[in-house]
Amino acid sequence: MKSLSVRNLNVWFGEDRNRVDAVRAASFDVPSGGSFGLVGESGSGKSTILRAITGLVPTWSGEIEIDGAHVAHKRGREFYKLVQMVFQDPYASLHPRHSVDHVLSETLHLHGFQDIDTRVNNLLDDVGLGRSFRFRYPHQLSGGQRQRVAIARALAPEPEILLLDEPTSALDVSVQAEILNLLSDLRAEHKLTFVMVSHDLSVVGHMCDSVAVMRDGEIVEILSVEKMRRMEPDSAYTKHLLDVSLNYASAQA
Amino acid sequence: MTTETTNSRRKESLRDWLLTDTPTSRRHAKLASAYKSWLRLRSNHMAMFGLGILVLLGFVAAFAPWLAPYDPYAQVLSDRLLPIGSEGHLLGTDSLGRDILSRLIYGSRITLYIVTLVALIAPVAGLMVGTIAGYAGGWTDTILMRITDIFLAFPKLVLALAFVAALGAGIENAVLAISLTAWPPYARLARAETLTIRSSDFISAIRLQGAGPVRIITRHIWPLCISSLIVRVTLDMAGIILTAAGLGFLGLGAQPPSPEWGAMISEGRRFLLDHWWVATIPGLAIFTVSLAFNLLGDGLRDVLDPKDGAS
Repeated sequence: MKSLSVRNLNVWFGEDRNRVDAVRAASFDVPSGGSFGLVGESGSGKSTILRAITGLVPTWSGEIEIDGAHVAHKRGREFYKLVQMVFQDPYASLHPRHSVDHVLSETLHLHGFQDIDTRVNNLLDDVGLGRSFRFRYPHQLSGGQRQRVAIARALAPEPEILLLDEPTSALDVSVQAEILNLLSDLRAEHKLTFVMVSHDLSVVGHMCDSVAVMRDGEIVEILSVEKMRRMEPDSAYTKHLLDVSLNYASAQA
Repeated sequence: MTTETTNSRRKESLRDWLLTDTPTSRRHAKLASAYKSWLRLRSNHMAMFGLGILVLLGFVAAFAPWLAPYDPYAQVLSDRLLPIGSEGHLLGTDSLGRDILSRLIYGSRITLYIVTLVALIAPVAGLMVGTIAGYAGGWTDTILMRITDIFLAFPKLVLALAFVAALGAGIENAVLAISLTAWPPYARLARAETLTIRSSDFISAIRLQGAGPVRIITRHIWPLCISSLIVRVTLDMAGIILTAAGLGFLGLGAQPPSPEWGAMISEGRRFLLDHWWVATIPGLAIFTVSLAFNLLGDGLRDVLDPKDGAS
């Protein structure tokens, strides 16, 4: 188990006059084994924070620490053995020409594992896909099955911190519950630290211990899930967000 | 009767084995997806027609010594310029009394040789330049693409002529010259594909596994570029054959007495009005092979388009 802490993180795109500040002075701590949620409207910079942590966005400043160790701008393989990410859209995150077996064994190979065959089978068992899925191509899988493959790929290097970028928003409701339960189980089983981005407050309420609410690239408020359930946020924006979310849920029911 | 039913049953189960949704091994999965592509190609009759012509061309080239009725170089001056359908010379003879059919058959070897070599050199060079430029971006991209632009700005045949003139006439140099003029469109195509692929999530995902740029370009980007490249190559084949023929026609490609089809047209040109078949027959051969490549390319586009297979 590792803890993650982000101090004064700024992320921007473009240069000079075209510069857009996607995240401004974001700070938060995730205790080891904890589960942290990032919520907000689309465009508020939630996913950008994850992409900056993983190094997919190189233009960031501030401090990212894993278990107290500073993360450099150029990340090595050791970093990717600790931190992995599950992407939002399982239709885009799997190579269309690579079979499940290819995806998983390449990942294992890159991380220097030797017993690739047994590990691929174990990973498939872990995410609840039978071994019959091993040699299928993405177009032969449903959205939920694809997301399970993506989760298996993220688990392959045996990471300690898992970043989840709206892992269920591209899936239909019945499958969403399955994937969320799978993630909860895996977290307990592998003792993972979660950082989860979502715009769905009920998902975050179900999965996380504490939540950061974001608006226009800034963290408005960090509150515990109990506080959120009791509808006692400090900031007006969070209150507004909670009200809207409740109204939406009751309108749907 | 019984053997027939077991045979058909075995055929049936092989078909099922190939069409399964749950392959049991790496090889099985590869064979199954290849078989499905083949079924899609087979349902396209025009593409199969093109493929048939090309298979025939390959067969003719392989067995030229057995198929040709005469030595393609043997000159019989008493039998010069015999018309089509003369006794012993199905397609007539040329100005030196050489059998046109035999020359056509031997010429298919040269045509295949040129086409194969160019198809191996130009797209590979273009693929490398294009994917590196597209993936690296920045200065690398600018420099590589401006070089590509310079090559593109020259008229193809003129540039090929300049290269052949500099390197000396001959088949190998013609191949080299055609390849040098043929790669820029592939580079453009590969770069455009790479730009759409490089920002996709599955490339981000493999970067998060610590994969370096070489692995990403060769293992993850190339497989997605190759299908559109193959289609483009088959569509360009006609142009390649014509450029080779054009160089032969201008006397800078294959040298006489070699039975290259373009050179044959060039020789027949002098007699075009009185003895039309001498130039027309090799022209028809070039036309047929070009058409076959175009038809096949059209069919391959339907089969290999990754957007089809992915959805």
